[in-house]
Amino acid sequence: MSLAGLFAQLLAVVLALGLAPLLTGWINQWRAWLQGRRAPGLLQPYRTLHKLFNKESVVAENASPIFRVAPYIMFGSMALACGIAPTLSTDLPLAPAADAIALVGLFALARVFISLAAMDIGTSFGTLGARREMLVGFLAEPALLMVLFAASLISQSTSLAQIVETLAHRPFAIYPSLAVAGVAFTMVSLAENARVPVDNPATHLELTMIHEALILEYSGRHLALVEWAASLKLFAYSCIGLALFVPWGVAEADTPIAIVFAIPALVAKLTVGGVLLALIETINAKMRLFRVPEFLATAFLLAVIALLVHGLLGA
Amino acid sequence: MNTLLAQSINLFAVVLLVLAFAMIAQRRILTLIHLFTLQGASLVAATLVVAYLTGQSHLYFSAGMTFVLKVVLIPILLHRVIQRLNVRWDVETLFNIPTTMLIGIVLVIVAFNLARPIAGLSTSIARGTLGIALACVLLSFLMMIVRAKAVPQVIGFLSMENGLFFAATAATSGMPMIVELGIAFDVLVGILILGVFMFQIREQFDSLDIRHLEKLKED
Repeated sequence: MSLAGLFAQLLAVVLALGLAPLLTGWINQWRAWLQGRRAPGLLQPYRTLHKLFNKESVVAENASPIFRVAPYIMFGSMALACGIAPTLSTDLPLAPAADAIALVGLFALARVFISLAAMDIGTSFGTLGARREMLVGFLAEPALLMVLFAASLISQSTSLAQIVETLAHRPFAIYPSLAVAGVAFTMVSLAENARVPVDNPATHLELTMIHEALILEYSGRHLALVEWAASLKLFAYSCIGLALFVPWGVAEADTPIAIVFAIPALVAKLTVGGVLLALIETINAKMRLFRVPEFLATAFLLAVIALLVHGLLGA
Repeated sequence: MNTLLAQSINLFAVVLLVLAFAMIAQRRILTLIHLFTLQGASLVAATLVVAYLTGQSHLYFSAGMTFVLKVVLIPILLHRVIQRLNVRWDVETLFNIPTTMLIGIVLVIVAFNLARPIAGLSTSIARGTLGIALACVLLSFLMMIVRAKAVPQVIGFLSMENGLFFAATAATSGMPMIVELGIAFDVLVGILILGVFMFQIREQFDSLDIRHLEKLKED
């Protein structure tokens, strides 16, 4: 473990914590513009977080400790996920601790706890949200794993840092399997981050919501942490997607100074990615809940095709 | 540059395969036609790249013919047919769609394994994609089997021809010119006849469901 690596790791986590609400604000702004509405300010998520942290946190009388610790666990796992994903550099002291499979497990941990917390209070909305979240989760997870396997087949390693290093190092080549896996990854991340074809992050319409139903009982600093964790999750997914499919610009172990250039590269990639996400959300309509399994099955099969194509064409 | 182009053939082949899957998963006829047009376009692109890399001028010609027929003419004809018949709504399938897609994956695995020894015998530049072409043919075949209505079956038939054409390009750098011309006109005449059939089916049974055709006499 080098000093530069430690610095890169710290910088990656701090940058994720700071930039994640900004990414959410940027996407919301573009969504509003594309839908012909007046956009909220770019810094609106920060203002919301500030407001929520200063508010009193009201907890239901029959809440168990799970309800209180769930926001912290969720926030912690998302922050850790942002630390593992090679956002700026591949020389990360945390990277050997967890490979791609452990990363998926980390997301699953957060999901289990937020669903438990939602059921903990005993309101019907919370239970309904938890069931839907689990339905989406158990279909999205294998698809995500298959996508990561498709990428790791090329570099012969499940370590994300290793994958990025291999992909960025090699002379530019077209990997058809990665192209298919990229489409599958986009579909999975739309589902996992409660984005439009699957869930609408801006709605409180009772019958359709998934994510909002889960966190209905939270208030004050708990809600702030949950919201921040949701932004972090989106940030982590974007970074993993960028690292796998557009790996250029990430600093490597032998060139610590490249981190200086890695930050603007990351910001530029996220800027474009955010606009694309807003565009996808605008041109798609939210689908019926019972179509979601079909959507995610398609993502899973695309990822399987990516694996098969890699086997056939050999990259 | 040339290696990148050679890799782009693989990319177009995979696009062709994914579009064949998308057609199986698609419920709406209008989107089905758009997907078919896209599939034709990626076929044209793949043929052009093979033509450029192998320097075979007749492949340019067949790419042009594919463009005129499958990207322009047939989609326009299909649009007209569905407008006249007024069938833009959801497609009825015999199995549910996830099951169909699972069968599709099995077909892809079979096709890939089947094509591997054959591709080893070929010296063509795009021999690796023979498995993908075979998978496209089988998937379109599956689509023709599981759809109950006439228009999606016709689209499945056309998409199967796309797969066959790609197989010919991938394995042998294209069929002889005269065969290609023959197939192209066959497809064109086929679609015209099937169009007439669709109007007739509709007139007789007030529906495009081809299961009505199973009864041979009136009761």
